[in-house]
Amino acid sequence: MAASPEIRVTINADPDIVIARQKGRARAIELGFSSGDATLIATAISELARNIVAYAKKGLITLQVVNGSNHQGISVTASDDGPGISDVRQALRDGFSTSGSLGLGLPGVRRLMDEFEITSQPGRGTTVVVKKWRQ
Amino acid sequence: MEVPILKQGEYLIATFQAALSDADLNQLRSGLVHQVVKLRSRGVIVDVTAMDVMDSFASRTLREIAHMIRLRGAETVIVGIQPEVAFAMVQLGLTLEDVTTALDLEEGLAYLNEKFKNSH
Repeated sequence: MAASPEIRVTINADPDIVIARQKGRARAIELGFSSGDATLIATAISELARNIVAYAKKGLITLQVVNGSNHQGISVTASDDGPGISDVRQALRDGFSTSGSLGLGLPGVRRLMDEFEITSQPGRGTTVVVKKWRQ
Repeated sequence: MEVPILKQGEYLIATFQAALSDADLNQLRSGLVHQVVKLRSRGVIVDVTAMDVMDSFASRTLREIAHMIRLRGAETVIVGIQPEVAFAMVQLGLTLEDVTTALDLEEGLAYLNEKFKNSH
């Protein structure tokens, strides 16, 4: 199989959340993930895209295939040039929210996926990279 | 995509057709609350069988719908949450506290019928 190109979904408004998670699910199924795992991945994408709309207004979701030592996985990158997060550790605690929503959803996203990485600079933006490996 | 709301006797049934945007969910919320008032409905069933993902916003909107309808004196039952969706919801930390759920439409109707059995 040829190397699959990455998929990029621009997030500008709430309908883009649905587009991003549908593309993520389709990609996960193509890569051989179970339907259950594809749902976890789609849910994580939905929350990450929602954070972009809620906090940064616009950003980008990128889906890529990643190869581990003995297995394949999917990586989802959510990036924006929004206000950033001043206290990342606090944002990763359950129940924390600054927008009156159910929370940033980041602790939940971390539980849905196998790997989680966040970099954020106040005033510069936030990038979250999550990965899930195929069983 | 707008969610159709069907009237069946004293109940309203809203069936999610596909993936819904936030705007669709908001529209469903106000539509259901208005219809409950207009039609003097006693029960509402929201069928989410077709829903691919239940994220924090969808979950919160469903809770709000149930709470608003309860304030009107009617009862809401959410039916058809798929096992995979339920698993993802729990991982994400979402619960539909104090919202009644049932396996499917049939069970939801049975619940409402039981609830209102003695009130006629």
